[in-house]
Amino acid sequence: MEALILTVLLTSVPLIFAASGELITERSGVLNLGVEGMMLMGAVSAFAASSIFGSPYVGILAGAVAGALTAAVFAVFALGLATNQVATGLALTIFGTGLSGLVGAPFVGGTIDGLPTLAIPLLVDIPVLGNLLFNHDIMVYLSIGFIVIIAWFLTQTRAGLVLRAVGNSHDSAHALGYQVLLVRFYAVSFGGMMAGLGGAYLPLVLTPHWSEGMTAGRGWIALALVVFASWLPSRILIGALLFGGITIMQLAGQARGWTIPPQLLSMLPYIATIVVLVIIARNREFARANSPACLGQIFIQNK
Amino acid sequence: MTPRKHIPLSRTLLTPVVSIVLTLILGAMIFGLLDYNPLSALYEFFVAPISRPDQIGDLFVKACPLIITATGLVFCYRANIWNIGAEGQLIFGAIFSGGAALAFPDWPALILLPTMVLAGMIGGIFWAMIPALLKVRFNTNEILVSLMLTYVAALSIDWLVRGPWRDPLSFGFPLTKMYSDAALIHRIDVPFVGMLGQLHWGVVGALIFSCVAAFLLSRTILGFQIKVMGDAPRAGRFAGFNPHVTTIGVMAIAGGAAGLAGMVEVSASMGQLQPNVSFGYGFTAIIVAFLARLNPLGVIFAGLIVALAELGGDNAQIVLGMPKVVTGVFKGILLFMLLAGETFNRYHIQWQRTGNKLNLKEK
Repeated sequence: MEALILTVLLTSVPLIFAASGELITERSGVLNLGVEGMMLMGAVSAFAASSIFGSPYVGILAGAVAGALTAAVFAVFALGLATNQVATGLALTIFGTGLSGLVGAPFVGGTIDGLPTLAIPLLVDIPVLGNLLFNHDIMVYLSIGFIVIIAWFLTQTRAGLVLRAVGNSHDSAHALGYQVLLVRFYAVSFGGMMAGLGGAYLPLVLTPHWSEGMTAGRGWIALALVVFASWLPSRILIGALLFGGITIMQLAGQARGWTIPPQLLSMLPYIATIVVLVIIARNREFARANSPACLGQIFIQNK
Repeated sequence: MTPRKHIPLSRTLLTPVVSIVLTLILGAMIFGLLDYNPLSALYEFFVAPISRPDQIGDLFVKACPLIITATGLVFCYRANIWNIGAEGQLIFGAIFSGGAALAFPDWPALILLPTMVLAGMIGGIFWAMIPALLKVRFNTNEILVSLMLTYVAALSIDWLVRGPWRDPLSFGFPLTKMYSDAALIHRIDVPFVGMLGQLHWGVVGALIFSCVAAFLLSRTILGFQIKVMGDAPRAGRFAGFNPHVTTIGVMAIAGGAAGLAGMVEVSASMGQLQPNVSFGYGFTAIIVAFLARLNPLGVIFAGLIVALAELGGDNAQIVLGMPKVVTGVFKGILLFMLLAGETFNRYHIQWQRTGNKLNLKEK
């Protein structure tokens, strides 16, 4: 049972990173559908860097940088050239999937050392809970830390207020003298960095190898998670654990020899996403409460 | 940025050409950075696959599912409905038409093929109706739902061909029984030339399909309604058009088209269902639709160009040992360039330096 909970926790980590990054991006009013592409670029860069330099920590860094750079490509087009955000995000996913495959081709079949776990002294000795909560690799702690920081940033800081203002009414924010496009550029880059970190977690911890398209739709589930969380960071955590649980339930079911065909079990996370989207969308007030008013709208400066 | 009052036709036609040229240059640069010889890579990608007449036939065959699917997507995108699950709808078209073919192996072609066409379209429409109805009823996001359904569709066909529909005589391979001869779309025997590669009658169907779609979109009230609802939904509502009906209508057209593409692809090129009936055609069709500037006739040319990149990917994989996904690099850059081209096309852009950053400024 403890092992099961641990795997659920680890499976949800990439989703926490990618979804909380996308949350910041969307709170600034930008819809970046390229999460899947950014995650893949993060994953391949993390794998390549850690197999070249022999350190998974360099891998984490490489994943973050690669994700941010990939997001910058999106920013150039969607912000700089005011292209349609939906189509640009799709282009980013197609591009990222292709480029990650090209970059990763020499690394197919290789293995790397995974991230070591860092037990937190004293706390780890707490019976049951200690091992569950305080005996993880650095990225698990980081993911929780980021959620806390993002929640604090959005509600307690001036910069967070500006970010939300830009996302809710870019014209007003612009009239007040804020650099709408600059704020959005930072938000998009941060979202990319987080997606890159989420992607990096796959080869560094979950499956210590690289394969094309290894994110298997996690980027899209992360996008759905932001809607599920109704743009609140704390709910991302709940949502990610829920999806981690569904994914693991399917794997555990296969391992225990459930008579249901494995393909039908594998559908569960995707069907669950749809069900969740419907439940959220049904309650309009809940769905709209924190939804950025300018989400996906194009802003043209000096109009 | 200022909206242009008038966009000359030459500009409209020039944008895709410039986009393609820029894509080739950027693609070559990426190949160079990754230690491949850029010129030979471009040659293997875009010249080698069409250096013989029979390969031209194969190019049309490769373009066939892209043209049909993209034609349907044009309707969606014109109406501002973001259906990106054509891949799943295509797979369901293959499943439904395959079901018909396997259920009635004794029927003559004259009855069986139309039944399969119908079944394929129904399959695609069925799969497209899920995001469409959820959007209309609950206001869910059609992008995410249609995409999630693509994964479900891929798993569905995988389950069918490994489970209930597997041919007991397939030695454990995940394949259904072969279709009866009447269920196959045959190759074209071109007069005086003979067979041109794999060129089949489905290609002719695809071309007709695009022409009919072009007529529907530009010459009928239905097409007008779709365009108005996409460009100016408020005006459309005042004109009495129902946004829900439009959403369901364009999703049905796109789903039906994708389903048809799935039927044609299996019936003409495979002859039986297998786990992979589509190789990302549903996603690639999105790029085709944009390259065509959301014009059904343009889709034919765009489909051929993108099909060339697909064949080039196969070729580069064999000759240069590149992974198949490399085509994705070209496809992604191409879509970026097309979208940027759209901006340059629609707006007059003046670069202005204020402080240390560039602004897009209205004139």
